[in-house]
Parts: sequence; structure tokens; C-alpha cells
Amino acid sequence: MKVSRKFLNDYVDIDGISTRELADKLVSVGNEYDSVDKLIPATGLVIGEVLKCEMHPESDKLHICEVDLGDEKVQIVCGAPNMRQGLKVIVAKVGANLPGGVIKKAKLAGYESNGMCCALSELGIAHKFLRKEDIEGIYELPSDAPVGGDPLKYLGLDDEVIDFDFTSNRADMLSMLGIAYEVGAAYDKEVKYPSNEVNEITESINDNYILDIQTDKCFAYLGKLIKNVSIKESPEFIRNRLIASGIRPINNVVDISNYVMLEYGTPLHFFDADKLGNKVIVRQALDGEEIVTLDGEKRTLEETDIVIANDLGPVALAGVMGGLDTEVTKDTKNIFVECAIFDAASVRITSKKILRSEASSRFEKGIDPNRIFESLKRAAYLLNKYAGGSVLSDVLTFDTTSKEDKEIKVTLDKINSVLGMNLSVSDVIDTLERLKFKVSYNDGLFTVLVPTRRLDVNIREDIIEEVGRIYGYDKIVATLPSAKIKRGSRGKKQEMVKILRNELTALGLNQVITYSLISDRQSELFNNDNNKVYLLNPMSEDRKVLRTTLLPSLLEVFEYNLAHNVKNINIFETGEVYFKEDNFTEKTRVAGLMYGEYLSNLWQGIKVNVDFYTVKGIINNLLGFLGFGRRISYRKAKLKDMHPGRCAEILIGRDVVGFFGEVHPNISKKPVYVFELDVDMILDEKVKNIKFKELSKYPSITKDLAFVCDKKLSSLEIEEVIKKVGGRLLTSIEVFDLYEGEGIQDNEKSIAYSLTFMSNDRTLSDDEVNGIVDKIVDECKNKLHIDLRK
Amino acid sequence: MNDELLKIKEEAISKIDKASSLKDLSELRLEYLGKKGKVSLFTKNMSTLSNEEKKEFGKALNDAKVSINDALEEAILKAKEKELNEKLEKETLDITLPGLKVNKGGFHPLTKVIDEVEELFISMGFDVASGPEIEEELYNFEKLNLPKNHPARDNQDSFYITSERLMRTQTSPVQARTMDANEEKTEIRVICPGKTYRRDDDDATHSHQFTQIEGLMVGYDISLANLKGVLEVFVKRMFGDDREIRLRPNYFPFTEPSLEIDVSCSKCNGKGCNICKNTGWVEILGAGMVHPNVLRGCGYDPDKYTGFAFGVGAERIAMLKYGISDIRSFYTNDLRFLEEFNRVEGEVLK
Repeated sequence: MKVSRKFLNDYVDIDGISTRELADKLVSVGNEYDSVDKLIPATGLVIGEVLKCEMHPESDKLHICEVDLGDEKVQIVCGAPNMRQGLKVIVAKVGANLPGGVIKKAKLAGYESNGMCCALSELGIAHKFLRKEDIEGIYELPSDAPVGGDPLKYLGLDDEVIDFDFTSNRADMLSMLGIAYEVGAAYDKEVKYPSNEVNEITESINDNYILDIQTDKCFAYLGKLIKNVSIKESPEFIRNRLIASGIRPINNVVDISNYVMLEYGTPLHFFDADKLGNKVIVRQALDGEEIVTLDGEKRTLEETDIVIANDLGPVALAGVMGGLDTEVTKDTKNIFVECAIFDAASVRITSKKILRSEASSRFEKGIDPNRIFESLKRAAYLLNKYAGGSVLSDVLTFDTTSKEDKEIKVTLDKINSVLGMNLSVSDVIDTLERLKFKVSYNDGLFTVLVPTRRLDVNIREDIIEEVGRIYGYDKIVATLPSAKIKRGSRGKKQEMVKILRNELTALGLNQVITYSLISDRQSELFNNDNNKVYLLNPMSEDRKVLRTTLLPSLLEVFEYNLAHNVKNINIFETGEVYFKEDNFTEKTRVAGLMYGEYLSNLWQGIKVNVDFYTVKGIINNLLGFLGFGRRISYRKAKLKDMHPGRCAEILIGRDVVGFFGEVHPNISKKPVYVFELDVDMILDEKVKNIKFKELSKYPSITKDLAFVCDKKLSSLEIEEVIKKVGGRLLTSIEVFDLYEGEGIQDNEKSIAYSLTFMSNDRTLSDDEVNGIVDKIVDECKNKLHIDLRK
Repeated sequence: MNDELLKIKEEAISKIDKASSLKDLSELRLEYLGKKGKVSLFTKNMSTLSNEEKKEFGKALNDAKVSINDALEEAILKAKEKELNEKLEKETLDITLPGLKVNKGGFHPLTKVIDEVEELFISMGFDVASGPEIEEELYNFEKLNLPKNHPARDNQDSFYITSERLMRTQTSPVQARTMDANEEKTEIRVICPGKTYRRDDDDATHSHQFTQIEGLMVGYDISLANLKGVLEVFVKRMFGDDREIRLRPNYFPFTEPSLEIDVSCSKCNGKGCNICKNTGWVEILGAGMVHPNVLRGCGYDPDKYTGFAFGVGAERIAMLKYGISDIRSFYTNDLRFLEEFNRVEGEVLK
């Protein structure tokens, strides 16, 4: 909210406090601001009088003028159509800083020009606030303007504006009076109310109007009738203050309604009384009922909307916008002024559909019931004073609101224990009195009477906050809580995720964090899930569905990095995936993507490119670290968007906990490998504690065997036979060679194993081991029909 | 004969001294001490000597053998060392050639921030709690004193899944869930980091997905001064011991009193700069005393219990701490960006 210093100064005395200082003071009591600016930032302006004005001999636009600036007379070349001798004008002197640039001494069409005569638009006021003539021609000052004086001061435009960002609970801060109270509390000052006493004519509004409230969503409705207004331009001070507040001046009547709203925080609506008729009905709209609003739009209404209506139909959308039919125009003579309180939630629902206006935002936050009558009178006062209207006596009234102060009780102990301070009774009383709250103290208990303007103060904690913020949080001495010593900890899953992250980074992968929301196209990758979770209100096609696997996101990161010339991409992510089933479930996954070199030192001829077996090694290492060593196995799998011959499921015991392999070339032309594991499933697997086993004291014997077999025979099948025959003495099997090619038939391969034998209780003899090896070879012949390589 | 022996001994020692290789030395051993070596040959002459002479000559002979042998041993040692040195010399590497490239993995900067915060609070007895990202309105709003049509909901434009379920807009629902789940209604200390979502257009300072870290402490006599104390510890840990904090009143529906915490700007030390918009202070987190409606709604009697809560953006901390200017960097995952964070920082070791 934009707050004009001059405007505010009418309600609380801020002379002697700089605008910046004031803004910072209000920050310290809880009101943020975005900026503090001069209303008109232009410098070097002076009031000048045009002594001579002659047309340029070769131009039909340019005037050569002699202008008296008070302490000097200068020649200025000016192109404004309304320039003429005898005018008092705003002159930007040489060196003046205007939004359009710095004014320099110049030669225009051969004539020296020492300054510029200005239009209001050239001073930096936005065009939307200005009259047509303020934009097209130079500004014509009244004849009493003092030559050599400051034109901004003369016009009342020497104002400064603080753009506050008030918190949404402080409805009271949407009014000058409310801000004045806040300033008053911060500086311990009094608040000044504007005058609103006017002589009324004997004719009463009650002779003209009947009020019929048909909805319980209208809590108060007041009407005042002003007759015979003359519509014209508002006085400068009203125009200036509206401009400073960011509201466009229209005419005296419309401006007064906005002016009073800014003063009191109470939105007013002015109807053309002759078009309104003589009956005012407040009711819920009928479903499908129509109204053309002020902006010319035809609106179709619903039952949740509140309308002001006459016998013919709706004339305004309560709290949101007036109707076009009853609008105040330049021909309006008689004005019906409405000031009301409508249900905040209803206004909110309607304004969300139609328009968030200055009025609706105030209704939504709440209106002070003690201000509606006062502001209505103020509007009448101003309409009488500045529009010449006759104010009819009495107020058309429906009012169910309470005007009583709210009584809140709180003990000194509670205040001090919540704030952690040591305030005295008088500290508390002083602070609350600065806020103009009435307070009494008796036997440890404060009774606070909170005025209705503070809709946000309702419970004792609110009082504690008021005391704290006005007294000053900077006076709180930081202390650590005295709580029981206890060990904090992570949950089981959080700990597991942390372990996975540690291990994967140790294995050389970089952690990434990606968006949970992905596109439809991405969501189709790597799965056939039908129970995906879609957003009801997505912002874009790219982010509309929650992912059921982390892999599409990793693929996106891969593509981004590849496009940015990153050559080796080894990444992983831990995160949630989301399913509609079982009332929306979230599962934790860890997934990785590997591409490029895993290990290299090129000048040494070392280059390990990521392939299927690199990823398998990573997974073995990861699951091995988690304690699953011997329980890990792999099973060939055909999964969506994976290379059909290079994909495997990962098992712990009998449970499939994930998969890995190469991405299908249709999805990525580059050899990209991925894996994904279900963290929740891994957590369900039991892991034994470490129990040290004594190492064997006896030597081991190693034997190598190379078999020739069909290419399709898996190493696992051979290993299983070897293991079965080898028994307990066989302590390890390692594949040390795989060969296909010359000397081996096309459909065959040679695969070589290194077998290690060892006993825990004796030295094995070569004969004994050879006996076992022979049996292994025999069994392989019988079971697998394979033989040793000759 | 003794003289002759002496001569041979001297001749042998002199040859040993001059010998340059292990091969020469083993030949010299044969030449002098071998079975048919020059020294051994003297033993044949022994038979012609008297017993007395034999004794004396034997001693001289032995002396010569020992001397030559010692000389040989010593020379062999030296030669071996020389040969080793030559071998090592030949093995000298260019130590300036590059070493093996081992992939360096690392944590995402947001994880680094979360881990640091978690460790700090765990050390103060806080547990790490979590809650669902697809959240019920009940927990995301209602239990946090934000009833339907509350104007403050406007600040949190939400992604809805159904009319009652949405992507959580804050980690605060975990507060309510934690209090709800505590059946004995005992003291609570939790920290809850997690993903949160709002309908914001992604730009340098907004992200539709972001990370919050929520803190909650509920107990007897927990005060605002305690909140200030705990947050001072937090700020000094994250931004350095010389940082100060400032409490500014603010408004959140779920806390009363509510405040915003500013930290003194680490770039300009409070003098004013572009980072702190010339105020000397940088807004860092929102906090307050848990609203009695929230306590009551979760079964805690506000007359007995008080508590404080705070919420901080992990991105905000990381941006300030590491000088990152665009929030989107966290989610683009450019590896060149990520790899800048792949190391420990000095202050961790302090």
C-alpha cells in the first residue's frame, strides 16, 4: 500500500521525522516496505514567468521565449502549443534531473535554450494519473504562483511515498487512520480525526428510501443521500493524494469515495440515486442472474454472490464492483452513499472470480464496525464542501455489528513467560496505552479493552505480541531453553537414505535434485503405471504429473549436461515417487544414471568406459555395503524402454528390489546406463550385525579352469555347478577370462574360472584338490554338456 | 712364506678395491679364496712346517682369509647398493604427468545445507521428522489455523490433487502431524526438512518446487527468548560466529507472536550493500510461538504448553552461504555447478 507522507501527516504529526526514518521505525514494529520515494523525483525545478513569447521565424511550432526565473532571465525554446506570453510555468533549469534525462544548455533550430518548460508528464507522474492537457501541453500555473519559487511545493506535489507491504492480518493498516495509530504507538503520539460534521437539510433519507436486507451475509448497511452535487474536478490536494496513493483521479464525487476509503479503510459505493430508485435490497444473487458491471462486462452470477438490488434486479456486486446502470456520471445530480459490512468469505469468493479491487481486499480482511458511520458522515461532509451537495438528514440503517471493545485478560506472568522477558506492570500498561488500548491491572491480571479497529487482536497471545513488538523484540535477551538432555536422531529411512547417498558419492556419483512434477511424455518413460497422480491445476504441460520413477528426471539432467559438453555424467538421486493407489502413497527410491568414462588416465592407456558391468559393480558395492553380500542376485529382465538384452532385475534373496541396465536406443542414442532401487523394500530386508570369523591358518590352493560352451549358457549356470561340487572347501570363484573368436566355434565362447580352495582345519593336499577339480569337470560335462578348452 | 702371503693379501685387497661389479668380485673370491685360489694353495705348504711354524702360519693364513673376505663382503655391499641406485635412477618417473582420473562424487548443495542443519539440531536433542508431500488440507491449512477462505491462503497458491488434497505448500504440516502423533502429549523437539510446492512461475528468485526446513519445540515454559537463543546458535553455525540476528514482528497464522529473523549481512557487515538492499540485514527465516489454536487442535493444552516454531528455505541459506544468485541452478543440475560443491569447507573443521 502506497502511503503519502502529506496525507498521513493529516492524522498524526510526523513533522521532524524523515520519511525513511518513519518507514524503518514501522519495520521495527512489524510493517515491511518495498520502497521510499519522492512522489516526483525531478530536481532543479523553478516557477517561471514567460515575459516574451515569439514564434521561431522558420518553424510553426517552436516559440522563442524569455522567462523570468526570479534571480535571472533566460531564453528558452519551447514547442508546447499552449505556450504564450504572461504564463506562469514550471521550468526545469539547466542541470535539472528529469526522468527523461538531464537538462543541458542547447541550441534548438539555431536559438540558444537554457532550460525546459515542463508538462506534468515530464516530471515523472505516470500518464494514467494525468489529464489529457497535462500530457499534451506545458502545465499552466495559477497567476498567483511566486516566480522563482518551488513549483512542487506550490502545487503540493513535494510529497514522499512509502510503499508498504502490510501483513495480511492487519486490515486496520489499509487506512490512513490505522497507520496513524501504528505511528502513534511507535512514537507515542496522538491520532487526529478528520472533520465530518456538516449541516444537514431537514429532508430525511428515510423519506426517500426503503432498505430491505434479505441475506445474513450482510452485517451492516448504511445509506446517506446527498442531493444536487455538481460534478467537476477535485481540488488539487485530493488529486495529489490519490495519485500518491496510486489511484487515478476521476472527478470530485468518485475521488471523494476513494479518498474516504483511504482515510477510514471503509469502502464506499456511490450510486446515482435517480437511477437506483427508492428501494435498496441486499440479497444473495439468483443462480444465472446477470449484471453489467462498471467495466462494461456482463457477469453471470451464482448464489454465493451477494448483490445490492432494486426491484428491477441487481445494481451492484456487494463489496466487489458497482453496476454500470447506476454508475455516477457527469450528469449525476443526487448520490446515494453506501457504507456496509459484508461477509468477508463471500466477498472473497466473488472477488476471486471477478476482480480483486481496493474495496474487495478491504472487505475480505474486515471492516471496523465503528468506522462505517463516521466515514459515511465524512463522505457527506466532503460532498457538501467540494461538490456543493445538500446532505439529507438521517442515515438509512441496518446494523447488527457490535461496537464494544473486546475484553481480553492476561497475566503479567504469562506475558513474561511467553516473551522470556522481565517486564514490569507499568512497562505493559505504557506499551498498551501507546496502542490506545484501555488497560487496567488488578492482582497480577491485566484487563485489556481492544478497540474494534484491531480486528486481528482477539486472544491473550495477540496482546502478548502487541506488548512485545511495541516494547521491542530487540530488548529480548537470547537464552537457550532448559530441556532434558536427549539424543536427537534421524528416522530409519532417513538414515538409510543418508547411507545410500554417502556410499554413492564415494563411488564417484554426483547427487542431483530434480522436480517431482514432470510432463505427460516423461511420465510414460520406464513404466506402464496407470495410477499416476495428476495435478488439478497445473501451470504448464511440462509440470503436470507426479513422477512414478526418478529415471525420466535423470534422463533430463543427462540431456542437459550432454548439450552443455559435459563428457562424463555419473549422477544419482534419492527422492519420492507418487502413486494414486492406496489413498495416495509415496515411495522412496534411489536411482542412478551413468555415462562416459568411469576411470581414466589416457596417456597410460587406462580407460574404463561405463558399461553394463560397471553399473553392476556399483550396485554390488552399494548393496554389499548395506550388508546383503551373498544375498544379492540378478535376473535377466525385459523392461519398458530398456535394452532388451542388457537389463536385469536386482534381487535380495527372493525380493526384486530394483533393476538396472542400458537405456533402449530408441530413448537415448548414447549408451546410457541406469539403475533404480526401492528404498522401502531394502529397508524391509534384514541385515545381520557384524560377527568376526577367525581367519584360516592354512594355505590356499588355486586352480584355473577354462570351459568352452554355447554362447547362450550363462556364467551363473556354470558357477552353480562348480559351487555345488566344490562344497565348503571352495572359497571363491572368479571369472578371469572370456574369449570368443579364432579357435572357438562361432556359437561358442571360452570362459575361464579361477577357483580357490582352503580348509579351516588342515593343509589341503594337491591330490585332494585335483580330485575335486576332476569331479567339477565331470559334473559340468554331465549337467551342462560342456568341456574344458583344449 | 709369510711375506708372500702378506703380498697376496695386499694384492687381493687392492684388486677388490678396484673391482667395479658384483661379477668381478665373485671372480676375485674364486681367485683368492676358492678351493684352488691363491690363498688356499698356501695350505698345501703347511705340511713342510714345524708345529710351531704351523701354528704361526695358520694364524697368518686365517688372518689373510678373514681380511680378504671382509674386504669382499664390504665391496659386495657397496656394489649392490650402487647397482640398486643405478636401477632406481633408471626407474625415475616424471611426477608431473597426470594421475588416474577417479570420479569425484558429491552432495547436492541443498543436501549439504540440510545435513548441516540436521546435525546441528540433532546435537541439541531434536529428532528429524518427515511427512507426506501430497498433503491433506487439514494438515497443510486447517490445523495450522488457516481455515477455508482465510486471506493468508492467497500467499500460498497451491497445486491441488483433489479438492481436499494438495502438494504441501510448506513443511509446517509436519508440525501438526508430529503433535497429533504424540499420544502422551509430551515434550517435542523436531526438525523437518522437505520438498514443498507452490504455484509460482520459475524465475531467478522463485521456484515451483523448493525446500523448507521446519523446526518445532514444544514444552513447558518455552519462550521467545529461547527461540532467539536457538536461532542465534543456528545462524552462527551456518553463517559464522560474527553474525548477529534481529527479530522483526511479522504475521503467520500458525504462530503468535510471529516474527521474521534477519541476519546481519555477511558481505558488508551491516554497512549496506546490494545483497542486503542497503539495510545491513538479510531476511533469513520466519518463526514464532506456536499459536494456541494449533496447540489445542493437536491436543496440547495451551495453558500448560508453549512452543516455538520456525521455517527456513534451504535454497535461501545455500544462496546466501555460497553466493548463488539464481534459484533455478539447484534444479538444473549442471554438473559443472554441482562439482563446485564437492569438497569440505574450512569452517566444518573448526
